[in-house]
Amino acid sequence: MCLAIPGRVSEIFESHGALMGKVNFGGITKTVCLEYVPDIRVGEYTIVHVGFALNRIDEESARQSLKLFEELGVLHEELGEDEGAPNEIRE
Amino acid sequence: MKYVNEFRDGAIAQRMASEIRRIVTRPWAIMEVCGGQTHSIIRNGIDQLLPEQIELIHGPGCPVCVTPLELIDKALAIASLPNVIFCSFGDMLRVPGSSKDLFRVKSEGGDVRIVYSPLDAVTLARANPDKEVVFFGIGFETTAPPNAMAVSLAKKQGLKNFSVLVSHVLVPPAIEAIMSSPINRVQAFLAAGHVCSVMGYWQYPPLADRFRAPIVITGFEPLDILEGIRRTVTLLEAGEAKVDNAYARVVSFEGNRPAQKILEDVFEVTDRAWRGIGTIPQSGWRLSAAYREFDAEQKFQVSGIETQESALCRAGEVLQGALKPNQCAAFGKECTPRHPLGATMVSSEGACAAYYNYGRFITLEKSAEACPVP
Repeated sequence: MCLAIPGRVSEIFESHGALMGKVNFGGITKTVCLEYVPDIRVGEYTIVHVGFALNRIDEESARQSLKLFEELGVLHEELGEDEGAPNEIRE
Repeated sequence: MKYVNEFRDGAIAQRMASEIRRIVTRPWAIMEVCGGQTHSIIRNGIDQLLPEQIELIHGPGCPVCVTPLELIDKALAIASLPNVIFCSFGDMLRVPGSSKDLFRVKSEGGDVRIVYSPLDAVTLARANPDKEVVFFGIGFETTAPPNAMAVSLAKKQGLKNFSVLVSHVLVPPAIEAIMSSPINRVQAFLAAGHVCSVMGYWQYPPLADRFRAPIVITGFEPLDILEGIRRTVTLLEAGEAKVDNAYARVVSFEGNRPAQKILEDVFEVTDRAWRGIGTIPQSGWRLSAAYREFDAEQKFQVSGIETQESALCRAGEVLQGALKPNQCAAFGKECTPRHPLGATMVSSEGACAAYYNYGRFITLEKSAEACPVP
């Protein structure tokens, strides 16, 4: 139920008294309510749940997370300190 | 898809799991509260990637699963009324009531419709002024702002034929109930990232402090979940009962203020019965006095409901993390997604459905029981 999907805002407009927009999800475009992200701009990414943008995605924070993930464990692997075999899946 | 694919990298996931294996020294029991995370964990085999010392306990964060039976029966009664268009998210249609489900009501001639967004129900009400349109408004704090907006817009647009059957539930009181239970084994929580995207995480430091349990705000993609677990284990190993945010690209400490503002206006806190668990004080929202005219329970006085649960179903124990789905005698036998005995086998977030759909018919025995927090 709490599934929310990231998409890129491609259009902003008003409809029946609500701030709405078009959001593109990797090629599929849906109409989404933008009332909860009133200052979002075209081109920005948002996270969408049941037709509502819940928040803007902080792109800088996303980049930092990915950088951290990529670096995690690398040092220990290089130093041969890794205790578990990385490709082993427990039975 | 941007912000999805890069958080699913298998090679990085393996390295993150290795890092968790490196830092863990003893058994820990961690609960992921949200059913969406349960599905991601089982679908991606994250539990099997982790060191043996870490047990993931699946929490009650599946709104479809915890919606009380009495309310499902009320929904069935309202949906059966002539002149009613009953709208619901698709998940709810197969949830067993005492004697049938919404699909059965539809097959018997009831006008039951699946909507993608609560605003679709408002649009239906506008297009059908001679019908009563009822929306089944369930969900946690993530789904509450969309449902609140639907009610607010209906009021602004002067719609008299729109109402909502509300059964909203809240995460922090559920954490409190789990930690206060005498059978509790949970030592730390992965908090539900999308709930926190709305509510922020200012509600959690007092809980972490009171129960001496780390709480880490966690996302839904495999790397997000592994990072949530890594940070949780780091805190557990250090003996620090702190709150950490592993989903900062979506969640801020204060959350979404415009959403919180409308929630305060449209809803008020109430005691709520959780299916399989029982009543948890102050654990839900109902419509506030200013919006009572949109309350389907008030509008359609349904009476004479006598609820009857399946005698075989042990969903309550599953929802509280006391039982793994495949430890239930009915799992995969009397109870399947096609013929569910309980809501946990129905929902795309229910733990039983996750175990069934991803072939977890045998429990991986953990070598050691998790130790209590010092």
